[in-house]
Amino acid sequence: MPNKLLDLIDISKSYDGQTVLDEMNLYIRDNEFLTLLGPSGCGKTTTLRIIGGFETPDTGKVIFQGKDITNLPPNQRDLNTVFQKYALFTHMSVEENIAFGLRIKKKSKQYIKDKIDYALKLVNLDGYGKRDVESLSGGQQQRIAIARAIVNEPKLLLLDEPLGALDLKLRQDMQYELIRLKNELGITFIYVTHDQEEALTMSDTIVVMNQGYIQQIGTPEDIYNEPQNAFVADFIGESNILDATMIEDKLVEILGVRFPCVDTGFGTNQPVDVVIRPEDVELGKPEDGRLRGRVTSLIFKGVHYEMDVMANGYEWLVHSTRMFPVGEEVGINVDPFNIQIMNKPESEDEEAQSTDEE
Amino acid sequence: MKNKKRHSLGQLLLAGPYTVWMVGFIVIPLFLIVYYGLTNKSGAFTWENITAITSAVNMKALWLSVELSVICTVVCLVLSYPLAMILANSKMKNSSLTAFLFILPMWMNALLRTLAWLTLLENNGVINTILTKIGLPTIHIINTPTAIVFGMVYNYIPFMILPIYNVLVKLDKNVINAARDLGANAVQTFLRVILPLSIPGIISGITMVFVPSLTTFAISDILGGSKILLLGNIIEQKFKTANNWHAGSGLSLVLMVFIIVTMVISSHYEKDGESANVW
Amino acid sequence: MVKLGKFFKGLYVVLMGIFLYAPIFTLIVFSFNAGKSRAKWDGFSLKWYAALFQNQTILQALYNTIIIALVSSLIATLIGTMASIAMNRMKKLPRQVMMGITNIPMLNADIVTGISLMLLFIMMDFALGFTSVLLAHITFNIPYVILSVMPKLKQTDRHVFEAAQDLGATPISAFFKVVLPDIFPGILSGFLLAFTMSLDDFVITHFTKGAGVDTISTKVYTELRKGIKPEMYALSTLMFVTVLILLVFINRRRDRQNEAQKI
Repeated sequence: MPNKLLDLIDISKSYDGQTVLDEMNLYIRDNEFLTLLGPSGCGKTTTLRIIGGFETPDTGKVIFQGKDITNLPPNQRDLNTVFQKYALFTHMSVEENIAFGLRIKKKSKQYIKDKIDYALKLVNLDGYGKRDVESLSGGQQQRIAIARAIVNEPKLLLLDEPLGALDLKLRQDMQYELIRLKNELGITFIYVTHDQEEALTMSDTIVVMNQGYIQQIGTPEDIYNEPQNAFVADFIGESNILDATMIEDKLVEILGVRFPCVDTGFGTNQPVDVVIRPEDVELGKPEDGRLRGRVTSLIFKGVHYEMDVMANGYEWLVHSTRMFPVGEEVGINVDPFNIQIMNKPESEDEEAQSTDEE
Repeated sequence: MKNKKRHSLGQLLLAGPYTVWMVGFIVIPLFLIVYYGLTNKSGAFTWENITAITSAVNMKALWLSVELSVICTVVCLVLSYPLAMILANSKMKNSSLTAFLFILPMWMNALLRTLAWLTLLENNGVINTILTKIGLPTIHIINTPTAIVFGMVYNYIPFMILPIYNVLVKLDKNVINAARDLGANAVQTFLRVILPLSIPGIISGITMVFVPSLTTFAISDILGGSKILLLGNIIEQKFKTANNWHAGSGLSLVLMVFIIVTMVISSHYEKDGESANVW
Repeated sequence: MVKLGKFFKGLYVVLMGIFLYAPIFTLIVFSFNAGKSRAKWDGFSLKWYAALFQNQTILQALYNTIIIALVSSLIATLIGTMASIAMNRMKKLPRQVMMGITNIPMLNADIVTGISLMLLFIMMDFALGFTSVLLAHITFNIPYVILSVMPKLKQTDRHVFEAAQDLGATPISAFFKVVLPDIFPGILSGFLLAFTMSLDDFVITHFTKGAGVDTISTKVYTELRKGIKPEMYALSTLMFVTVLILLVFINRRRDRQNEAQKI
């Protein structure tokens, strides 16, 4: 039994009759870095706000360290939030911002001073204490927002798209910075983002959400390599998603051609979705391929070539270090291990889940 | 070279009319007040018009003006802040419409609206008639300073509501959430975060209420029954009845000292001269 | 608890609403009063509306009010927009000086602005009358235009103007085809703001008008002592309703524009 720090039980929330979360269940272990990932409107921010105490769920319970905190106001929760666009107090200096929570808790002057120094060092902003927060750059403000939250020594830190307002380079730097911080502090992170790369880089566990439902929970490797449905496959990285028929265990028919695969238990002659990552599509001589196709476009991407190959009425996206010029006839092969079989959505509800909004 | 010349010619044509207008109708007239205020009828320099403020009548009017306008400003602030907060927090989709409803009265002739209060507040007015009918004691505030404060609050309160509302509505909700998240309860959040952040709005509201109520003469005329004199009344009479522009200008200079002090204080807080734009 | 709080909030808003609208409601009611009293209800009648259209002095005051508001806000819009464009291109110091002076009539007490202009006209031996009022109104209207146009100009991308010229437009046609449409909402709102300020002004008109020239406001003020004619209530009711319709129309159009922008 894992050590549950936070447990969400049957959480539902709707606004004006519009369901944002539907009977969601999720737990987070001590010292985990968990990311809620999904397109805008998927319910990830609402989940975070419910944990933070800024929203009350319509039904369900929030259990934190074994206690029900569902109706506890945010100021009485032993966790802190790093907000989107930082939400710093612009009428206070950097120091006063960081000291805010400690002053409310009536900590001693010396304690507060030590904490400020410690926190500023931790976020690499030593000596910025007296500055006006509005004079700082976006990246610096972000660090202050983090410092302001962590000086309170929360058991759990919630981060709501904290890097969303930063440019790409700074974003990547901050990703490593956050991982370092987490390791140094040993606190649990719940991180919300719509950026799949960010999620894959930083997380221990990724929760993919869409339209109020959890689509898949798993490690970054699981999510990437074995997406459970077409939505996850499509949202995480680029992929070829095809309609297919599961002929029998370990044999699937894609575009009228049978491919051996490793999945079992889907029944016989069942319609399924198949995901094949572009880097897993192997191109070769036409006579060697299970499928024959013709290259329709070719782009050099640095690490690899990106090609579109038209075969049996489907345009395959292919990443390969081998180059095939446009117009060339090629054969397509896929290793059985790289064919990911997924159930087709059955109910209408599930259908809704798999529509992509981004 | 040629291009630059053309550019500066265009600049001159555009800025010229307003520059002339500004100097002629804003700057020079203000100096005229100083000139008239510091001279007598024969054009000789004198402090008399200024020192006239120390006479018993003028002093009384000045202090009454200051007193009433301070009371009016405080009352407006106390009444407006909760209202602005309720309006800014209301989840109503058209809170702009709600705000609009509180500004709309400003577009009916102010003198008539003030006069309507006379109708309502008179000893035999509408309010007292209703009070008598339901057996409550009647109110007798007409022709008293209380009635004048009432009229001032009524006339100028939109100028307090609007800037405070504008600041509160722009306040990032997450800043308030952050304070709560860091352990502040509702009262602490208000005192340490919301209130300090709304100071620019409060200051701009105070200026916009204090200055006109300090200088009004029409409201005291209507609701004070022309028996209570504010400094504005005395200045108005000097200009319109006594035709003594020197004396009037002298007293205006005294009034301007108060206005300038208010402006300096408020400009200290205002970050970007944003006015309450209704449109 | 929450419901009780909501109730008190609602109650407070309603009470403040009553405070603000009670006199307006009173005026509207008494404009339909059969009697002449402004305190006693003598039955419903439209006679003051009929009388209004017979009362030449009130109609003349209305005419003056509208003409002065219209002409002064038009001239102020022209001068103010030109000045804004010039100021937008100025260096910081002269711009700040000009903005500082522009702020004076807005922040200063009306009574001071009024008497300063009165002194100017007296000094210049300029007869107080229709024209002096018009000049005074233009003066206090220009700042409202500048304050509405300047922010729009600041938002307008400089490169748009340059792009138009790059595509072959002369500076003047580039201005009219590209910059002007961009800042037009600001100009329009400046004009409307100026128009309303002018319509509503009493103090400055009071000091700069001569005998025999009246606007609605000054007419009300002179009638105060003699007793207000109920025709005035009828007139202000009509004006209020007109402004109400106008504002609702503008607000709705703006809302729709905002909606469109969102999409």
